[in-house]
Amino acid sequence: MKKLLSIVLAFTMVLALAACGGSSGGGSSASGDVVKIGVFEPQSGDNGAGGKQEVLGMQYANTVAPTVEIGGKTYQVELVYADNASSNDKAPTAAQTLISSGVSVVLGSYGSGVSIAAGDTFKAAGVPAIGVTCTNPQVTSGCDVYFRICFLDPFQGTVLANYAKNELGASKAYCLSKQGDDYSGGLVNYFVQAFGAENCVQETFPEGTSDYSTYITNAQNQGCDVFFSPVSTEAAAQIIAKANAQSLGMPILAGDTWDSNVILEAAKGSDLKICVTTFYQEGADANFDAGVKAWINGDATAKANNGGNDELAAVTAMGYDAYFVALEALKAAGSTNPADVLKALPGVNYTGVTGAIAFDSIGDAKRDSAFVKECNTSTGVWDFVTVAKAG
Amino acid sequence: MSLWNTILPYILSGISVGGQYALIAVGYTMVYGILRLINFAHGDVFMVAGLMMVYFAAAMPLYAAIPLMIALTVLLGFTIERVAYKPLRSAPRMSVMISAIGVSYLLQNLALYITGGLNKNYPEIPWISDKITVFGATTARVTVITPFLTVALVFALVFLINNTKIGLAMRAVSKDFETAELMGIRINNVISATFVIGTFLAAVGSLLFFSNYPGIVPTSGAMPGLKAFVAAVFGGIGSIPGAVVGAFIIGISESIIKGLDTILITHGVIAEQMDFSTFSDAVTFVLLIVILVFKPTGLFGEKTTDKV
Repeated sequence: MKKLLSIVLAFTMVLALAACGGSSGGGSSASGDVVKIGVFEPQSGDNGAGGKQEVLGMQYANTVAPTVEIGGKTYQVELVYADNASSNDKAPTAAQTLISSGVSVVLGSYGSGVSIAAGDTFKAAGVPAIGVTCTNPQVTSGCDVYFRICFLDPFQGTVLANYAKNELGASKAYCLSKQGDDYSGGLVNYFVQAFGAENCVQETFPEGTSDYSTYITNAQNQGCDVFFSPVSTEAAAQIIAKANAQSLGMPILAGDTWDSNVILEAAKGSDLKICVTTFYQEGADANFDAGVKAWINGDATAKANNGGNDELAAVTAMGYDAYFVALEALKAAGSTNPADVLKALPGVNYTGVTGAIAFDSIGDAKRDSAFVKECNTSTGVWDFVTVAKAG
Repeated sequence: MSLWNTILPYILSGISVGGQYALIAVGYTMVYGILRLINFAHGDVFMVAGLMMVYFAAAMPLYAAIPLMIALTVLLGFTIERVAYKPLRSAPRMSVMISAIGVSYLLQNLALYITGGLNKNYPEIPWISDKITVFGATTARVTVITPFLTVALVFALVFLINNTKIGLAMRAVSKDFETAELMGIRINNVISATFVIGTFLAAVGSLLFFSNYPGIVPTSGAMPGLKAFVAAVFGGIGSIPGAVVGAFIIGISESIIKGLDTILITHGVIAEQMDFSTFSDAVTFVLLIVILVFKPTGLFGEKTTDKV
């Protein structure tokens, strides 16, 4: 009896596996001319929330421009998704999945670490990748096939340091980053260079930390004037809760990652001052704002992925622009072959909702300004403060 | 600033963290004491309790959500034991352990599926989330309540084990499985009671823990679960007071290590940063190794006597 049961069980498993294989096989054999764009983004893990918002921009762009003219023929654009799970060791596998499904160009990722980790995989396959909001210099510097449309951390770190010194009047900064995290570690590093290492207290927390109260106490006890912690939104929510409970008493400063409604939700009702630098300010392009909001409100899944409301994140606008940069590259290449797209990308010029995008010799976008926003803790939205330039 | 004023906030947060570890650690240690099973799914049950609270609080008032969350968590613990561990009662101990690991991954992936991997904000529970000032250090009220509640719950538990019929049965089962069965004790009922008590404490622990650290992701239970397990081994697995003492020691030492740089700098012992905070997790595990080397049964562990 037991034997029979185990045989039946084994059969069901085999059938289930076969069913999985069957359904994914069926999806790829769509009729007509299709060009595939890979979406290499975290859908889970530390950066899951941000990754989903960035994907929203691409999905919306896909509804705005579902087709593209390549070499005189109209192609249907299909987005192919792979979840890199915000994890450096899962990123290469996710990248390989995209390459295997035959994408012409890849968009992403949110989070620099995963982009650096997957760079070699894209390079080996010769598939061009367009980084959307990965700000660490190493993403493009060590990889010929990686391009990017956002500003870089040396720039962002300098802007933040200047803002802390000149606008907030800070003389001593507390810097908190996550151990082994390329994004927060890198940004803290550039901030410290610009702010002056002798005036900075630097600390790191290990993966899986849940108690941030001691770091808040450290900042208070060392007499710091500003709390700089450009960490993932998951950790940010915890830090904000603790900062509020312990009456931090100094402004919190962070980079583009914190431009998310996770932060707004966590900070609402508190008396904290939170400032971030980011890529896009709501209101810069009214048509885009209205369109994307209508789309998010009309799609329950999209709304859930945006955190349950229609508050616009800068990464969504960046995802939108990245999609159109990819279409421009495909048009210029005149072919869906990744090698041709790679050749055409450096010459692409595109003016999107976040500003003009053109690439320099390394493959980075030439950007010279960042938006500074402050969290309005009574209404729970971002207030625009200023446009900051480096230098 | 006096030394006391500098150190106090760290000790406060250490005691609070320790109290939360203790509530989870008791669950580990009770199950181990009776079944000789390390219930790896315990930390994930703790996480599921937190997630349930997030969804219930959105749908109903708190006075209904909290009892419902605790009741369903207890039911979950009971079901896990009946479905995943009971059929393996006569199987080698390793099989049960692997079944526990399976349950742990199942719960994590279910949570990933339901939440979509996004960070869920724990609902704010009035009164216990309020700000208060203790000896000049500002903190949330839950931080102060946690250790007292933990100690009270553990005293109640020890009373239950020493003075009631079911407690007597538990002690008998933990001493000798077969003999207890021969004496007419219904082993399955005793084991279920153990799981019910263990998961009840985990549910209360999750309420305190996530009120204090409000973000929940599917892996939220992993690190607290691991630390609580270390605390249980540290104190001598199988011993309830041991688990509590172990949890407080680990919570406080972790918190002090994170603040060590600041404490030493403000008192002029060192001038430069030494980056001690980086080692906060490592210290926990080094502490465990040291204890196991010098006292393999843990601080309060029973001596094993060979039966002839």
